[in-house]
Amino acid sequence: MSSEKGTPLQSETSTFHAPSEPLAAHSSERTTQNFSVIGKRNLKYDWHAKLTGAAKYTDDLRLPRMIYGRLLRSPHPHARILRIDVSRARAMSGVFAVLTGKDLPIRYGILPSSQDETAMALEKVRYVGEAVAAVAAVDEWTAEEACNAIEVVYEPLQPVMSIDEALDPDSEKIHDWTKHANIQKNVLLEFGDLDEGFAEADRVFEDEYFFEGNTHVPMENHAALANWEPTGKVTVWSSTQTPHYLHRELARVLDLPPSRIRVIAPPVGGGFGGKSEAFSHELVAPVLSRLSGRPVLISLSREEVFYCHRGRHPVRMWIRTGVKSDGTITALDFKSTLDGGAYGSYGIATTYYTGALNTLPYRVPRYRFEGRRVFTNKPPCGPKRGHGTVQPRFAIEAHLDRIAGELGHDPAEMRKGMLVSPFSWTVNHLRVTSCGLPEAIDAVLERSGWREKHGHLPQGKGIGLACSVYLSGAGLPIYWNPMPHSGAQIKIDRGGGVTVYCGTSDIGQDSDSMLAYVVAEELGVDIGDIHLVTGDTSLAPVDLGSYSSRVTFMAGNAARQAASKLRAQLFQVAAARLDVPEARLGAAGGMIYDLEDTERQIPFAQAAQLAEAEFGTLGETGSYTPPKLAGPYKGSGVGPSPAYSFTCAVAEVDVDLETGILSIQKIWVAHDLGRALNPVVCEGQIEGGVYMGWAEAVIEEQVFRKGLHKQPSLLEYKIPTSLDMPDVDTTIIESIDPEGPFGAKEVGQGPLAPVIPAIANAVYDATGIRIDSTPIMADKVLRAIEMRRKQHAAAV
Amino acid sequence: MLRLNRFSYVAPGDLDGALALMEKHGQDAMLMAGGTDLLVNIKQRLATPALVVGIRELPELQGYSLDRGWLTLGASTRLCDIEHDPRIRMMYPALSDAAGLISAPQVRTVATLGGNICLDTRCNYYNQSQEWRRAIGFCMKKDSPICRVAPGGDRCWAVASADTVPVLISLRAETTVVGPSGIRRVPVESLYQDDGLVPLTLRFGEIVSSVHIPPPDTWTTEYAKFRLRQSFDFPLVGIAASVRRDPDGNIADARVVMTAVASYPERASGAESVLRGKPLSEESITTAGHAVFRQAKPMDNTAGSIFHRKRMARVLVERSLRHIAGLPERDARTA
Ligand SMILES: Cc1cc2nc3c(=O)[nH]c(=O)nc-3n(C[C@H](O)[C@H](O)[C@H](O)COP(=O)(O)OP(=O)(O)OC[C@H]3O[C@@H](n4cnc5c(N)ncnc54)[C@H](O)[C@@H]3O)c2cc1C
Ligand code: SF4
Repeated sequence: MSSEKGTPLQSETSTFHAPSEPLAAHSSERTTQNFSVIGKRNLKYDWHAKLTGAAKYTDDLRLPRMIYGRLLRSPHPHARILRIDVSRARAMSGVFAVLTGKDLPIRYGILPSSQDETAMALEKVRYVGEAVAAVAAVDEWTAEEACNAIEVVYEPLQPVMSIDEALDPDSEKIHDWTKHANIQKNVLLEFGDLDEGFAEADRVFEDEYFFEGNTHVPMENHAALANWEPTGKVTVWSSTQTPHYLHRELARVLDLPPSRIRVIAPPVGGGFGGKSEAFSHELVAPVLSRLSGRPVLISLSREEVFYCHRGRHPVRMWIRTGVKSDGTITALDFKSTLDGGAYGSYGIATTYYTGALNTLPYRVPRYRFEGRRVFTNKPPCGPKRGHGTVQPRFAIEAHLDRIAGELGHDPAEMRKGMLVSPFSWTVNHLRVTSCGLPEAIDAVLERSGWREKHGHLPQGKGIGLACSVYLSGAGLPIYWNPMPHSGAQIKIDRGGGVTVYCGTSDIGQDSDSMLAYVVAEELGVDIGDIHLVTGDTSLAPVDLGSYSSRVTFMAGNAARQAASKLRAQLFQVAAARLDVPEARLGAAGGMIYDLEDTERQIPFAQAAQLAEAEFGTLGETGSYTPPKLAGPYKGSGVGPSPAYSFTCAVAEVDVDLETGILSIQKIWVAHDLGRALNPVVCEGQIEGGVYMGWAEAVIEEQVFRKGLHKQPSLLEYKIPTSLDMPDVDTTIIESIDPEGPFGAKEVGQGPLAPVIPAIANAVYDATGIRIDSTPIMADKVLRAIEMRRKQHAAAV
Repeated sequence: MLRLNRFSYVAPGDLDGALALMEKHGQDAMLMAGGTDLLVNIKQRLATPALVVGIRELPELQGYSLDRGWLTLGASTRLCDIEHDPRIRMMYPALSDAAGLISAPQVRTVATLGGNICLDTRCNYYNQSQEWRRAIGFCMKKDSPICRVAPGGDRCWAVASADTVPVLISLRAETTVVGPSGIRRVPVESLYQDDGLVPLTLRFGEIVSSVHIPPPDTWTTEYAKFRLRQSFDFPLVGIAASVRRDPDGNIADARVVMTAVASYPERASGAESVLRGKPLSEESITTAGHAVFRQAKPMDNTAGSIFHRKRMARVLVERSLRHIAGLPERDARTA
């Protein structure tokens, strides 16, 4: 096992002063002023298209002469490919092209450290659903028949379907390079002297937990349309969260200069992490297009989406905590084993994430983390909303609930006494800036009536609480490079129209609106005057993508920087025209005006013309690079973020003791997001997170039987319906982050995590039973109740 | 994208036309009412008809009439109408409840009563795409001699999953069945047999044209369904319980029917005989619940677990009977 030891910092509470790179023009003096756009309940930028169905998703696109692609997928979880015969398929009328793995042999992978996939399987298949061959045909029926006509001879191998099987040295190797059994990666990080910490403790607690795997289930199935033009340029439209990474992977796998490739992300119908790396259909469609001389659309079925997966890893966890009698942690030892599925995907990062944020939001002076990821013959796991932090959060918060109970403390009060301070460092070198968690805890305690309810509700009814933390963007890019993480360009035309170019991909989280709000506020124009060009690698500067809750923080800062440069130009000419010092100018509602005499004003469009006359064509760029935050140890790249969001959730449940069925009465959630750029959108994100957390806590499970996904359909893979959804009470906490755009942090992922342990803790309050694995299904609860009843009967 | 198999579609103008088409095309043709079951099966290539005969608009399958207390509903009556029609709800609230518990509103606006009665049995090795079934191995119900649930056996255990059927049986409903050899009247209960492969006793080409429900008289009926979500899901167990009480309060007759625990809608005969002649009391209800628990033998081929479904069968029947008896909900704390 490789040991990657870090040097501990002197004190986890050491305060720091200035952010390492203060952002130009982002002075906090404006945070107190009245905004004209920011913080208002504005309509979404694309409200009309989304409401009327006019929005064109990838599968809605039609090009002249377009044909259809389809992938033949493996029926075996683990097998050697002995022979593939495509001759019958190729000879069929209506079939334009047929490809197999050999045609695209270049390995790729989203992380530089795990380049282990090919566009289609080469010598081996490693999960049911892995692509083996591809066809392009005149219609989808012909494509289906052609796939059926491809003969593949397999030599089935013993499938490896669980963590235990993967750890067994006698198990069949999924990748021949793994040294020990099917272990992909071991990591070990240690900060401080744990023995000393445990010696200092009044009590030591130890628990084990299991978090079941689950998947994203975005509403839109993945699809890609490719057009290889005779000129040698290729355009790929794809439902992707990360057009830039897809661009890179396409260049690599197609062996083409990136300058010839253009990736466009049309509106994306949800991603949640499931569309953040290249997939077979995206890599294969352009080649099918080249061979057939036609645009090729590959639109996946729901079942195929389950095979693409990259969702929540099943994780087995062990935790040992030393605490003082007031609950304060003296040492935390945490181990996780991740069931990674067949390939690397983001998995090494996920593995680190199961350890990285465990030193927050409570003070942890000594910390040890051991993580490992194993390969199994299942669709690869990867990032899902809350990437790798949701599983340990369940463990830690359930564990703390037990500790509070055994120490005789109120779990909320105990937590409040242990929180990290704002503007401090953790023992594993995470820099914390703004933190509104105390306010968040107080808000949910107050609104839920926690004090009257906890421990006081009748048998069968209970209330539970948990806190969590999440990143506002990863501090480091996925591939090492010194360039900005996000860039924006803004052009102002003579009529006052403002066009923002930014490579972000709006996956429904509303990043387009965010750009419009930030720029409209900075320039003082109406949102209606903003035009956006996003999700296009040729037309817009790079943004790394919609993952790790980074877009508002990073693209927001980039866009604001570009806008502030233009604002300076406009103010310069306006100041001259109005004969007012620049510092006395403000901009709002399409006017630039004298703050002291608001009647003295000049329309934005007129200022734009004056500025164009003065400076030439009006266009500026902005970019954002996070401050350098990684600590001096290997593995420190995962965890640092320019800012963290904090959440507290309370769940009230009613457990039917005869059936085990949980009904969640209500969930209260308070989330510190820095500043709400648009409260409606933020509330939507929070409610969506609660919904997903609820689902993972109570009902969702990605399970396999005989080597196959047991239920790859929306009917049988259970995600809650609107009738299942409990009442949600949302409170937004604004801690105004010093580095976020207008003080904003993240809201897209954080609110999910605390919901799961809050429900688990509420079930304990209701029944006295601790369910230490997700999902907390009725079946499991009832078994536990029956078991207890039997034990009681035996004891009497 | 998952595509339907290609087929021709004909919607004849009358019942005779439909019968003639079925006779002419034989096994290549299939009947379709609302299509909410059939079209999914075609997408999954469980059925690959060359011809689909649309029967939902047939005039003989429409209508609502009351005759000497018997209610007759055309087979094309939509589930949403059964759910909402105040006349139906007043006479047979359990039937309206059962219809309202089927799937989601979108499905209920096209799905028919006839289609629900003729719903194919279900199994989570069977109701899957062709690719999925090919991967795990085809099964006896389609394309192979082996049952994946009980590989040693010689039968199919696919599950009767219709929600209205147990209620119809508990209500003693009958159907009119029209076929090439004429018209016959068949009790709903007799439409089914304990065979997952061929769950219906209908002869090929026969069409259920209407459903007749006897007057409720002094019967009281309840339907209770267990599923994992509040919408969409097929029953993991469903119980229809009907009792008729003597003037002295004893149970003169009881009809308890289970769905989703066998290949046919199964009468809970043990529970029925326990109840007959007794007052509807805590004790008789608990005994009936126990009898249902013992009789219900679900297999592991739906969502949920056998453990939980068996227990839910007991709880559902107990709760329905308690409700009929006017007994308070059992205090969960003593459970
Ligand atoms: C997502 C989803 C969830 C569902 N959930 C449930 C549920 O919870 N409970 C439930 O009971 N059902 C459920 N269903 C199944 C189905 O929607 C209902 O059973 C519905 O009532 C079927 O009616 P239909 O008119 O659409 O039938 P169709 O699909 O048209 O027909 C079903 C079968 O019956 C045959 N048939 C139809 N009418 C006649 C007739 N008059 N005479 C002879 N044969 C006939 C057809 O040939 C076909 O084989 C669900 C379906 C879906 C898609
Ligand atoms: S019970 Fe057996 S034969 Fe019947 S559908 Fe299921 S697997 Fe097939």
